[in-house]
Amino acid sequence: MARGKPGDEIIERAKRARSKRAALGEDIELENYVSAGSVAEHDALNSLSEFPDEYRHDLLEAGIEPGEDNRSGSFIQRDCSVVFSAVKYPGLELMSTTDALRRHDWLVDYMWKAVPVDMDKYTAEVELDQTHGYFIRSEAGQKVTVPVQSCLFITTDRVGQKVHNIVIAEEDSELHIINGCAVTHGVSSALHLGVTEFYVKRGAKITFTMIHNWNPGVEVRPRSAVMIEDEGTFISNYILMTPVKSLQMYPSAYCVGRNARATFQTVIYAHGDANIDSGARAVLRGEGSRSEVISRVIATDNARVIARSNVIGEGANAKGHIECRGLMLSDSAEIESIPELRATRRDLDLSHEAAVGRIAEDEIYYLMSRGLSEEEAISVIVRGFLNVDITGLPEALARETKRMFDMSLEKVM
Amino acid sequence: MIMMLEIRDLTVEVEGKEIIKDLTLNIERGEVHILFGPNGCGKTTLLLTILGLPNYEVKEGRIIFKGIDITDLPTNERVKLGMGISFQHPPEIRGVKLADMVNIAWGRREGKIDEEVIELAKRLNISVDFLSRDVNLGFSGGEVKRSEILQLVAQSPDFIMFDEPDSGVDIDNIELIGEIMSELLDRGKMPSRRKKAGLIITHSGFIMRYIKADRAHVMLDGQIACSGMPDEITESIMAEGFERCVELCKRSEREHTER
Repeated sequence: MARGKPGDEIIERAKRARSKRAALGEDIELENYVSAGSVAEHDALNSLSEFPDEYRHDLLEAGIEPGEDNRSGSFIQRDCSVVFSAVKYPGLELMSTTDALRRHDWLVDYMWKAVPVDMDKYTAEVELDQTHGYFIRSEAGQKVTVPVQSCLFITTDRVGQKVHNIVIAEEDSELHIINGCAVTHGVSSALHLGVTEFYVKRGAKITFTMIHNWNPGVEVRPRSAVMIEDEGTFISNYILMTPVKSLQMYPSAYCVGRNARATFQTVIYAHGDANIDSGARAVLRGEGSRSEVISRVIATDNARVIARSNVIGEGANAKGHIECRGLMLSDSAEIESIPELRATRRDLDLSHEAAVGRIAEDEIYYLMSRGLSEEEAISVIVRGFLNVDITGLPEALARETKRMFDMSLEKVM
Repeated sequence: MIMMLEIRDLTVEVEGKEIIKDLTLNIERGEVHILFGPNGCGKTTLLLTILGLPNYEVKEGRIIFKGIDITDLPTNERVKLGMGISFQHPPEIRGVKLADMVNIAWGRREGKIDEEVIELAKRLNISVDFLSRDVNLGFSGGEVKRSEILQLVAQSPDFIMFDEPDSGVDIDNIELIGEIMSELLDRGKMPSRRKKAGLIITHSGFIMRYIKADRAHVMLDGQIACSGMPDEITESIMAEGFERCVELCKRSEREHTER
């Protein structure tokens, strides 16, 4: 098999899955969207400050620092063009997946190893009509505590962005990523397909903080999976506060190594007519592996949210916990919470708690009795509800994540 | 004398049921009143009606606070005028920390646990760890009281209502709570310099060992059945029980008028 290119077998499998409907989520007509060949190319930038001013705000809202301050590297893809990619810290590699495949013969061994190429028509489409994506890698032993920022940005109507991202933390290294996916105003319809495969090697750590800033015209189908080796740690923080037409994702973390750890924290504020099916799955294969799946979902207007979580215990002394809470702010919205546990041996400890409720009146009055108006009280309660204590991030990043979270919330409250 | 709170001929319904009937009560600035009464007599209802919670429907009468008719004002407007309360069973709010509540009561926008909050908390034996906990979530009875009083210290209202500040509090902390309550209510000052006022519900009268009150009332069936000096009322209740106390009270009133 030729190195640096996907094998024929991968392509064959992709072709066969081309019209395979996804197991979850409403079916999307891929033909409605145009990609690489039919979308204008955007020029590469020498620095992020050259990014057109009109989009500056969009980047900021997706957690992207246009000044590149406190970032170890930056990657920006606009529609189907990689417009910026730069690294500031040693021990870190960052470039488009396309370039990375040219540079590293071995990279092909990481393609479609965590996510099956024939999972559904969306993974197949990404293989057959890929438009870049990012490759991020921390070298063995390098602890890059300053976050890398990556942004997948849509500015053109009817565009279909189909990225394949690969993230590798080599042994005993540390990698922190802020990933913003955004669409600018005026785009009335777009598609984002994003395959991301994470590899956390022995003793390594990846934290991945993702902010989605979509609009009511965007359909989104991320397909992510994580392989975690011995003593490895993966932490995902996901924030979605803006409307979206349709989003379905169910990332899986495979804790294959001994004492591998995976944490998923999800905060969703669903409004308008959003149709969201979002979950997280942990497969605890390694001895002593652990997972935590935490979600906070608010549904208002006519939004429909399915919040899934699934922990599968297979390794000795594995331990998994699920905590999903939903808050209903409207009678025409809907939250369906589906926590699932599967145990395949005796020495496991799997648990879940799920609750869906409304804002309790006595909580509002309690806050009013301390001087807040009813509106302010509701805002404090909602903020509190969504407030997940994010652990495992470097202090500066934790502070910044909190700030990004507050900013996203500011917009909706 | 300036009136802090005047309650005139108040009748209150909760979920269509009459709980308070034609009640009148005046509290002057600088005074602390104690409210006794058996369970279900309407003590808490009276406090929450003064506070203006929406389920407490005023059918008759007026509530005047600092000369302003507040009968139809929302709770937060009353609080802005200088009213505060320590709840008996405050709700848990997930994700809202005690420190957030302190800052809110203080009227500060900041959400941080800063030195000032920490200093305040220290006086109530409250640690930084405790400040970072979700308010009332898993708090013990005594912790709830201290948390409530900490919030009141931050708010520093002119008129404070306490709903059973002594229930569920251990002996070490009750003295501390009594001390801070006394301070909040200007008890350490000369009577003429006292600007604050308070209304304290107590079931046991325990807290009265630590805070001196000016007047005590016994509530029965939604009415103030008897009022008098705190010592006399307490003694009578302890010796004879609520009903008998009220009976004695009524008899002496009758004798008084007959004479």
